[in-house]
Amino acid sequence: MNVTPYIFWFLSVWALFSALMMVTSRNPVYSVLWLISTFFAISGHYILLNAQFLAVVNIIVYAGAIMVLFLFVIMLMNLNKETEPQKNRWLKLVGALAGGCLLLVLVAALKDAELKSQQAMVGAGSIGLIKVLGKELFTRYVVPFEISSLLFLSAMVGAAVIGKKEITHQNS
Amino acid sequence: MPINYYLFLSLALFTIGMVGVLTRRNAIIIFMCIELMLNAVNLLLVAFSKMHHLKNLALNASVGTDGQLFVFFIMVVAAAEVSVGLAIIVMMYRNIHSVDIQFLNRLKH
Amino acid sequence: MFSFPNIAYFIPLLPLLGFLVNGLGRKHLSKGAIAWIGSGVLALAFAASLVVFLNLPSGGPTLLNAFDFIRIGELRIPFAFQLDALSSLFLLIITGIGFLIHVYSSAYMHEESAEHYGRYFAYLNLFIFSMLLLVMGANYVIMFIGWEGVGLCSYLLIGYWFRKPAYTQAANKAFVMNRVGDLAFLIAIFWLIARTGSVNFVDLPAALSSLSSSDITWITMLLFVGATGKSAQIPLYTWLPDAMAGPTPVSALIHAATMVTAGIYMIARSNLLYTAAPLTLNVIAVIGIATALLAASIAIRQNDIKKVLAYSTVSQLGFMFLAIGAGAYGAAVFHVMTHAFFKALLFLGSGSVIHAMSGEQDIRRMGGLKKVLPITYFTFLIGCIAIAGIPPFSGFFSKDAILLSAFLKSPILYGVALFTALLTAFYMFRMFFLTFGGTFRGTDEQKHHLHESPLAMTLPLMVLAVLSVIGGWVGIPELFLHGGERLIEFLSPVIPVVEGHAISHSTEYLLMGLSTGLVLSVIFFAWTRYRQYRSEESSAPFARLLENKWYVDELYQTAIVQPLHRFGGWLRSFFEPKIVDGLIQGVGRSIRYISQQIRLLQSGQTGNYALWMVISIVVILSIQFFVRK
Repeated sequence: MNVTPYIFWFLSVWALFSALMMVTSRNPVYSVLWLISTFFAISGHYILLNAQFLAVVNIIVYAGAIMVLFLFVIMLMNLNKETEPQKNRWLKLVGALAGGCLLLVLVAALKDAELKSQQAMVGAGSIGLIKVLGKELFTRYVVPFEISSLLFLSAMVGAAVIGKKEITHQNS
Repeated sequence: MPINYYLFLSLALFTIGMVGVLTRRNAIIIFMCIELMLNAVNLLLVAFSKMHHLKNLALNASVGTDGQLFVFFIMVVAAAEVSVGLAIIVMMYRNIHSVDIQFLNRLKH
Repeated sequence: MFSFPNIAYFIPLLPLLGFLVNGLGRKHLSKGAIAWIGSGVLALAFAASLVVFLNLPSGGPTLLNAFDFIRIGELRIPFAFQLDALSSLFLLIITGIGFLIHVYSSAYMHEESAEHYGRYFAYLNLFIFSMLLLVMGANYVIMFIGWEGVGLCSYLLIGYWFRKPAYTQAANKAFVMNRVGDLAFLIAIFWLIARTGSVNFVDLPAALSSLSSSDITWITMLLFVGATGKSAQIPLYTWLPDAMAGPTPVSALIHAATMVTAGIYMIARSNLLYTAAPLTLNVIAVIGIATALLAASIAIRQNDIKKVLAYSTVSQLGFMFLAIGAGAYGAAVFHVMTHAFFKALLFLGSGSVIHAMSGEQDIRRMGGLKKVLPITYFTFLIGCIAIAGIPPFSGFFSKDAILLSAFLKSPILYGVALFTALLTAFYMFRMFFLTFGGTFRGTDEQKHHLHESPLAMTLPLMVLAVLSVIGGWVGIPELFLHGGERLIEFLSPVIPVVEGHAISHSTEYLLMGLSTGLVLSVIFFAWTRYRQYRSEESSAPFARLLENKWYVDELYQTAIVQPLHRFGGWLRSFFEPKIVDGLIQGVGRSIRYISQQIRLLQSGQTGNYALWMVISIVVILSIQFFVRK
């Protein structure tokens, strides 16, 4: 008995449910928690696809670092209340409708694509392993890798500059 | 698994993120929705990478690594983007004491 | 250069030069210089015309091509002059009588200040220039240029004393009435171009074959409507009596040498077309005789000396159109010539009378002028006899030719025409006796002022009187003189002589005797009636009707002018502010409204922009995937 489809369906429903809860939660803190839940589901998908490296990175970077950063900011601003003013009901409806239409259009466009017979390799293959990816990363993709370190540096500087209080403002 | 399933799952997640962007007013939640959309794309990239791998396995044992490395780079960029974006939100909060994008209507002027 | 045919260029150029010099230099030149320049150019032009006339080759016309006036595709309209019997005859009339009128004007207008004097002579020269252009043009377009120029100059000269609103009104009336006819003329030209691709007179015989009979009828009808405007026929004649507002020499110019003869000339020019359109000829004959009768009946009860002459001109023009309608173009041209002599004489004579009477124009206040104005009296008498048609004066021959042609066409036409001729004799001599006979009825002040006019005024009168006597001899019928009808023969290259005078000499004698006898008796009747002045205050409805000119002016006023005024008022008060402004402001308002609505899209809300972005992506993807399959 092949258990893979069941795992896939379970993870998919989990991811969608968590995403919906994230969007609909009034409290930002709950949103963050539901998003982390979504990320875990997606990491589960990665493992199912035998992409262990990405699964682990996803959990560490996204669910761990980034979402904690979000949570931190929310806590800092004391926004953990259901204080968010609601948008105009019509605007909400239109937004949801527009999103629904986009989904509908894309699904309708892609359902007849030639991909129908294609399969994604599940639970096998070695390309998702850190050994293979690392070799690629440090050979063919070494330049983008190094440039990404520069990106981090500039992001760090930018965040520091934006985040610090304005000195001139203080002086005056 | 058929690639279609991954495709539609990704589309669903992406659209949920998009609807969140369109319907919420809290800048932080909108930001999180954008992260969700990025993740939806990541999932699809990994799925396609595996599809590609399965298809061309006979030719090259390491085919399909590109897609996964793209995901890696997207995560890198997302991390940088979040750090800068949250800094901007913090500054905005400091200035107008709100993270409601309804007040960010300076584009009109 | 100074030989035939190139000398013909000088004929229109000289008056143009005079116009420019007098017009531009009117503030610097003295009156004497202005008069000399104005009259001098005309004398030279007359000399040039004489050269052209004497050197005219028999047979076909001489064409002078200056340059191409219009060249559009196949259509080529040259700026060309055509010299032939008809145009050279008109050249002589225009420049000759024009010269005499210029000389006369130099004395008559002496009261004017130098600047206005210069303006007056500049207008006169321009008038002559336009008329020469009209006559010399080798195609309808050049003719039309002169045609419009004549209309313009008549407007300028009728409104010469522009400070009086009534005079400018008369000028406007003349201008507008002429426009009506001009429009028809213009349409006829376009029609001709559309059908034949040529407007040259020399191409007319060829064009005739390519035109359908309905085309010819329409073109000739439209040309005739144009002619009714210029030549003052029903229904467009009312401007001519009002044109008396201008100085008297101008009236003489308009009535004798220029302007009103343009219509006759144009139709005589197009006689080939008209001969091919019998329907139009019938219409012309009826209109002509109706105009003649109507104008003559009005003239009986007019008391303004110039008005009487004006209506007599309308009536005489009616005679000319009657001749045209009867197919006797030669007779019409003949009458144009003799009429030019005696009408110029009569107008200048009346000007002399008015001059002597210090501006008085009412014949009821004149009388007994015979003794104080002997030259004027004598010449005026000759003019009256000439117009009445007593042999051997010029009017007799031309009028007789017309009556004869009318008789050949239809005895009814002849009867009416004869009756009109009798009316003519009656009103002319009524005016004559009231003016010169009896005793003086004006004020004492006028009586003291009475004097014969200076030589510059009486000399043209005498010349014209001589011409009025002998002018008709060029057209003495075959009946009296073997080798007569020289004029018809002279004109035969342009106006083919119609053979078939199926009329016996005895009948011709009878008709002439009848008309002469009747005219003489009518003159006698007028003498008995008006030898001594008596008040004519008659309340008979018919007399009142005549006195008020059949109420035609009032009819036009209520039927055309008033509705147009009301229509204009309606346009101004309703159409302009509501519809036109409404449309224009509506465009502005709607754009403003739409912009205001579109502005709401620019909310400045990033969320909205994102929403629009998504909607746009949906639309673009839909088109990409589903529409463009």
